[in-house]
Amino acid sequence: MPSNTTPGLSPDHYVAPLDETPLKAVDAVDETEKPRSSWNDAWDAMKTRPLFWISAVLILFVIVVALFPQLFTSTSPTSGASLPDSNGPAESGHPMGFTLQGLDVYARVVYGTRASLTVGLLATVLVTLVGIVIGSLAGYYGGWLDALVSRLGDIFFAIPTVLGAIVLMSVLPSRTPLTVALVLSLFAWPQIARIMRGSVLGAKSSDYVMASAALGVSRFRILIRHVIPNAITPVIVVATVSLGTFIVAEATLSFLGIGLPGTVMSWGNDINAARASLRVAPMPLIWPAAALSVTVLSFLMMGDVVRDALDPKARARR
Amino acid sequence: MTSTSTRPESAGTASSATPLLEIKGLKIGFKTQSGYVDAVRGVDFTMMPGERLAIVGESGSGKSTTATSIIDLLPGAGEVTGGQILFEGKDLTKATPAEMQAIRGRDIGYVPQDPMSNLNPVWSIGFQVEEAIRANGVATGKQAVRDRAIEVLKEAGLGDADQRLKQFPHQFSGGMRQRVLIGIGLSSRPKLLIADEPTSALDVTVQRRILDHLETLTRDYGTSVLFITHDLGLAAERAEKLVVMYKGQVVESGPSKEILANPQHPYTQRLVAAAPSLASQRIQSSIAPTHTNDVEISDEGADDAELMKRAHQREELGKRNASYIQVENLTKLYKIRQGGFKTTELRAVDDVSFSIPRGTTMALVGESGSGKSTVAKLVLQLESITSGTVAIDGRSVGALKGKDLFDFRRRVQPVFQDPYGSLDPMYSVGNTIAEPLVTHGIGDRKSRQKRVHELLDQVSLPVSMVNRYPGELSGGQRQRIAVARALALKPDVIVLDEAVSALDVLVQGQVLDLLTDLQTELGLTYLFITHDLAVVRLIADNVCVMQKGRIVEAGTTDEIFANPAQQYTRELLEAIPGANFEFGR
Repeated sequence: MPSNTTPGLSPDHYVAPLDETPLKAVDAVDETEKPRSSWNDAWDAMKTRPLFWISAVLILFVIVVALFPQLFTSTSPTSGASLPDSNGPAESGHPMGFTLQGLDVYARVVYGTRASLTVGLLATVLVTLVGIVIGSLAGYYGGWLDALVSRLGDIFFAIPTVLGAIVLMSVLPSRTPLTVALVLSLFAWPQIARIMRGSVLGAKSSDYVMASAALGVSRFRILIRHVIPNAITPVIVVATVSLGTFIVAEATLSFLGIGLPGTVMSWGNDINAARASLRVAPMPLIWPAAALSVTVLSFLMMGDVVRDALDPKARARR
Repeated sequence: MTSTSTRPESAGTASSATPLLEIKGLKIGFKTQSGYVDAVRGVDFTMMPGERLAIVGESGSGKSTTATSIIDLLPGAGEVTGGQILFEGKDLTKATPAEMQAIRGRDIGYVPQDPMSNLNPVWSIGFQVEEAIRANGVATGKQAVRDRAIEVLKEAGLGDADQRLKQFPHQFSGGMRQRVLIGIGLSSRPKLLIADEPTSALDVTVQRRILDHLETLTRDYGTSVLFITHDLGLAAERAEKLVVMYKGQVVESGPSKEILANPQHPYTQRLVAAAPSLASQRIQSSIAPTHTNDVEISDEGADDAELMKRAHQREELGKRNASYIQVENLTKLYKIRQGGFKTTELRAVDDVSFSIPRGTTMALVGESGSGKSTVAKLVLQLESITSGTVAIDGRSVGALKGKDLFDFRRRVQPVFQDPYGSLDPMYSVGNTIAEPLVTHGIGDRKSRQKRVHELLDQVSLPVSMVNRYPGELSGGQRQRIAVARALALKPDVIVLDEAVSALDVLVQGQVLDLLTDLQTELGLTYLFITHDLAVVRLIADNVCVMQKGRIVEAGTTDEIFANPAQQYTRELLEAIPGANFEFGR
């Protein structure tokens, strides 16, 4: 410790040299830093993680396959079958072999992507929209609306999504990707609505809501402009993860023969069709199942990364 | 405890003994994604047995980090990166986890900051005290432990301890919980007690009683106390030695009285100058008033006489507009459901009357639960009035609806306590300040942008802030943004609900200066809600003291501070830490 030279100070009165402890202006603003919103922060947190890039590339790839299947194969998935090829092994031009019908497995996997992804995306969008609207209205306005919506949600919540969908699908006259998505979202919205409701309850009691009310901002506008943007992150996380589960649910329904009709190519249908000859020729089943797994896995991984980025608490624990 | 002369001269006489705690060149870093961030950068200080030492500093100065490193309880990513912590000659930075566990509690006690979250709500108080006693091997055997727990709580000042053992934390007030924590901290008669902001979350009168009690106890046991605090007055009053920390370094250390009377380092000088004490005067604006209608004021050098004259003129002005805000017999009842269909009524505000002259500041002072914040919400019309009237500029606000209420919002604006909660984290600063303008349909995009820049300038923030988000700003900066938002509609009245309570003393001074300047410049009327009488002295012209929903005393600030009529007011005044200290500069 440097000794003091100032007279009149007791020997144990230590003063740090000013050049070692420079004084800054009170509460100075650092103008050099670039502005950051919480979305910016989330992006920065995500882009450093390899898992994000792996799942993003996979998801992008799956989307391109779904949109432009003809780019990936010139073989027709529905015609050109020949009986000798039935359950045949891989050969040049047919890298994944043939189905029981003698159709090219690779082409069917490529063309089946669209149906699976459509159902998954459609159901997720529907569930998220319905869940956000119902959940935030219930949480924000409370009272009888909340009681009604919560109980209604509980009723649907008590029915397992796939079981409810099986019952409903078996009585529906037409079965298209749209109806499958509608049926799935009918039973799945309470989960999102519940999360949104809880999150809105937390956000609506914050001081910035009161400050806006004191400015004269209308109640509904506060909900739209302040409460929902601050309450939505957990829903985004759950929605990303549920996309994967909807794709699985579609495959499950199709496997059971009550999802998409056999005329629509989907992974679930193909798995179902290959089931009969599983023991003699497992490959026609394994390939679409693998495609399904990789797609679902990439959405689940993405959900994981998004959660870590949006929830600072989860990030700190990592 | 109003005098410091009773303090034994333990600091000087202990020089022959070995130091109890010696910290040498301590460095602490926090691991982040981009390498180590230094929180503590070379801290040295020494404590003798029986000595009381206080580390003073603003938030982020590294004071708490230093304290927690002594008992090896640094949060997750923190790590001691250099230096030594010698406790009775043993280097704690090299101690094994098992050795540390033996030292913690038994040799070094710890009283944490927040009494609300530091007791486990699912276990009874008795269990938690007994747990500490058992862990430190103070007593063994069921009955002995139980007896010791009762003893500990009695010592901590909980009289009916044997009955209280079975109660749970939620049945205790904040002060009682803090007493329990102090009891636990002292239960094994440690040689050193670390008290990390032990009373910051408590009301001043409770704070005083608890610190007095802590002082008596530790003196009786000869325990050394290491205080961590942001409050210079409290530090000087409770410790004979001070260590002033700034940005992870010690800038000054030595005898408390000497540092307060003769601060050497510029930062300490700043702190001492900003410490609110009874000797302070109301802050006078350095700006000549421009909006105060008919009073003419020359813009000559602002010497003391000039400032006095201005203050006088403001008083005159106040008398002319005797009651800009008139509150009469204001009452607010809350119905509290008590399970089933039973409800009880809580009288949060009980027959409150006061008036505020235009362009002046009225402070509403009280402890938590006194109903002062409810009054603020009633004046702002964020809660409905049960009975009584609030009139602003002669118009009753209680019955306002629709368009009239919307127009009322333009004239009366709030600034809330929590600078971290009152700004929408998803809104950029520019959007936040522009929101009132958009809501009230004032101007077009371009003129709004101009007004936002103007407002940022008024609260002394650079224009480049418009694209920032609240998460990047400090508490003081956020509070200035909140003030700018409140000013956007050019209101006449601003209700400040504990607006500076959460800020560090220097930042607090800065915001108070800003508020005073704005008042002079724009002729604003303030209703200032606070629990802190020291701040009242700096900003208010008139004071109302509230207790249990009623106003117990009202008068001008000078009257109240010079001749408090009520016992309660006197207690509040006496409880201001460092109130009787001589401050240098």
